[in-house]
Amino acid sequence: MNFTFRIWRQRTAADKGQLVAYPVSDISSDLSFLEVIDTINETLSSRGEETIAFDMDCREGICGACSLVINGQPHGPEKETTTCQLYMRHFSDGETITVEPYRADSFPVIRDLVVDRSPLERIIQAGGYISVHTGEAGDANATLIPKHQAELAFEAASCIGCGACVAACPNASAMLFVAAKVTQLALLPQGQPERLHRVIRMAETMDHEGFGNCSNHYLCAEACPKEIPISLIARLNREFLAAALVGQEFLEPPHHSVHHE
Amino acid sequence: MALNSRTPTGPLAEKWDRCLDQLQLIGPNRKPKFRVIIVGSGLAGASAAATLGELGYKVDCFCFQDSPRRAHSIAAQGGINAAKNYRNDGDSIHRLFYDTIKGGDFRSREANVYRLAQVSGNIIDQCVAQGVPFAREYGGYLDNRSFGGALVSRTFYARGQTGQQLLLGAYGALSRQIHHGKVRMHSRYEMLELVVEQGVAKGIITRNLVTGEIERHAAHAVVLASGGYSNVFNLTTNAAGCNVTATYRAWRKGAFFANPCFTQIHPTCTPLNHPQQSKLTLMSESLRNHGRIWVPLRVGDERPPQEIPESERDYYLERKYPAYGNLSPRDIASRAAKEVCDEGRGVGAMKRSVYLDFDDAIHELGSDAIASHYGNLFQIYHQITAEDPYKVPMRIYPAPHYTMGGLWVDYHLMSNLPGLFVIGEANFSDHGANRLGASALMQGLADGYFILPQTLGHYLAQQKSGPVANNSEAFRASEAEAIEKIARLQAIKGRTSVASLHRELGEIMWNYCGMSRTASGLQQALTEIEALKEKFWSSACVCGDSNNLSQSLERGGRVADFLEFATLMCRDALTREESCGGHFREEYQNEGEAARNDRDFAHVAAWEFCGDEIPPLRHQEPLLFETVTPSVRSYK
Repeated sequence: MNFTFRIWRQRTAADKGQLVAYPVSDISSDLSFLEVIDTINETLSSRGEETIAFDMDCREGICGACSLVINGQPHGPEKETTTCQLYMRHFSDGETITVEPYRADSFPVIRDLVVDRSPLERIIQAGGYISVHTGEAGDANATLIPKHQAELAFEAASCIGCGACVAACPNASAMLFVAAKVTQLALLPQGQPERLHRVIRMAETMDHEGFGNCSNHYLCAEACPKEIPISLIARLNREFLAAALVGQEFLEPPHHSVHHE
Repeated sequence: MALNSRTPTGPLAEKWDRCLDQLQLIGPNRKPKFRVIIVGSGLAGASAAATLGELGYKVDCFCFQDSPRRAHSIAAQGGINAAKNYRNDGDSIHRLFYDTIKGGDFRSREANVYRLAQVSGNIIDQCVAQGVPFAREYGGYLDNRSFGGALVSRTFYARGQTGQQLLLGAYGALSRQIHHGKVRMHSRYEMLELVVEQGVAKGIITRNLVTGEIERHAAHAVVLASGGYSNVFNLTTNAAGCNVTATYRAWRKGAFFANPCFTQIHPTCTPLNHPQQSKLTLMSESLRNHGRIWVPLRVGDERPPQEIPESERDYYLERKYPAYGNLSPRDIASRAAKEVCDEGRGVGAMKRSVYLDFDDAIHELGSDAIASHYGNLFQIYHQITAEDPYKVPMRIYPAPHYTMGGLWVDYHLMSNLPGLFVIGEANFSDHGANRLGASALMQGLADGYFILPQTLGHYLAQQKSGPVANNSEAFRASEAEAIEKIARLQAIKGRTSVASLHRELGEIMWNYCGMSRTASGLQQALTEIEALKEKFWSSACVCGDSNNLSQSLERGGRVADFLEFATLMCRDALTREESCGGHFREEYQNEGEAARNDRDFAHVAAWEFCGDEIPPLRHQEPLLFETVTPSVRSYK
């Protein structure tokens, strides 16, 4: 198969980038999308030119490192598929394929197709966990969790943190990402003590990092390679509302009980 | 030099408690005055960083990915063992210990493996408390399954994504400590050198992968949790970034490398389809429960599988190992697949795969039953190959998957260099010559949550707390080495891609140091690696600037280290004149069965770096079995 890849090149965050065309010919349809970029990079190497930078690692759709906007779609045209799981048989012979980095103010370009997704880290750091020290846990079977509930929690927990939801959203909202973690922990008995506090802290951090709000475009769920359902955003809103009704002053511990080091 | 494993005395079941009772403790006010470096953020690194942060130490954690959540532990599918005996089927700590040490073909340290089984239950408790959504039954209790031929159901799992869910649990705990300021996370950082002062580990030299800046980091102790080195074979189930640099560089600074030739090759992976292929994906071994493995009887039989009559097919595993057939152990199944492909009877475009045929099972049980067992796997396979396994036989091929070898550590998980600790896949300690299924996740988390945080405290208690200096001669020299290596890579200015050189190295290692090895083949490999090294240093293209994100430079540095490390692997394989576990030396066999030699090789081979021009020294740590008697397996 033959293709023209138009790939975004940008040397540094400060530089103005541009799309550069790279023709590729005689490619097997069994090649993965990233293997084509590997091939282009090998050609660039053989000319002594700097290779195209792009994030990837596991190449089996689970680590969430790969990103890319392919012909305008995060992770490309196939549903429920990460970029690393795309194959050239999903494209037509002779096609021109445009490859760009995620476009979102909160995800600045580092180089070429590599963006900085660290704002997602800080959202998790703000409360996307259960506060348990190593060693504190009781016997694992002391807490019973109905199978159905455990499976719903699992589905929410399958988010790979790739950021495609943000890239797909016209508002660059991270609500699907936040909703997935909030839902997982809200569904589990272990997550109850911090439930209200968690959603407030994560939502505040999301705003603080400059992500937009949801205005019901549903493009995040379309782009999600792990099928995180849009209904979780509704749940996130309910969780947030419940916490807001309780009020901030009842969520914070009284001052005298806070220990400072 | 005698290697002191610091294994406690006393009965096996009491060793860990005895050790804990004798460890020195550090008061809560003093802990924040100690700084610990952790390299790697997978199950071992993240769980250790989180736990040390909770205890009050100051932790700096480094990973080369853009987030600690992307470490390759995330891709582990199967499950995690724990001796909970929830199923009342006779499991116990001793049985899990025995299965693990037997699985390792009696090439691991008894006391370490026993301790692993002892803490296995705590891991499950911890993970559940973190909100890890393990599979459950209708009554709300945790579900278990039997895995890898175990006679008891002790494997906990979260669909086929157990590694992901466990890692996200540890990542949550780590994120909490980052939020509290106890852990400083350095993502997109790579360790380039270990700093050793008068035989003691004092810090590391890193490269900031975004700015290219070379930095010095000093600490009271350094923990390597940087994973395994399967990628020396190039085409593996590992993530593209997995590398040996951290452990290899530590080796050059004096840490001993133990059993580097012990690698595990998984028999059921996706096939090699085209020369540019960058990855082989693991397909669960459970497929062999219903699939029949075969190749055409005749070399050069190009017919599609459906047109090859029964009489012209060779169900080679059923033929050679009638008792176990398609369920023969991983190493036997892998070796047999390579053999038939080397004979020219492989199938597929590259002739490097064998059929795994579900036709009989579908006729017997119906495709719905097969779908309920393997629906998800069939879908993954279909996505990768565009072939429908319900209609045409799957094609599979073995791929390197895990490395049991690693830096030598004692019972405290400390290397022979004081202050340097090694945990998870990066150390050598628990899996011997072959790793039992569902035990890698267990080991990573045992080391990080429960073992290292105790033993590291004992080491630190004997050190002076307070600020650490990074301006010594050792720091300066190590930094200069790192800078010099980058400059050398950039000075090559060749036109051969690093990727193609890596492929060449992978071919050599696969052919001569893979699952079947001979003395002459290993000698051949050593010669070819030398030539390839010269080719690399005269023609590699490592372009791009060193003061910016440069993936070409990153890979160049990693492949340069793999090239040197490959020599050590071959030397180790050459000197281990026996067949054991995943290490099969053709000269040492009884009609196809591995012939282990307990008289001469019941020891750990720990290699010492002696300089670039001098061969490394091979030390031995004898393996003493006080409780178990090494048995010999037979699968005929």
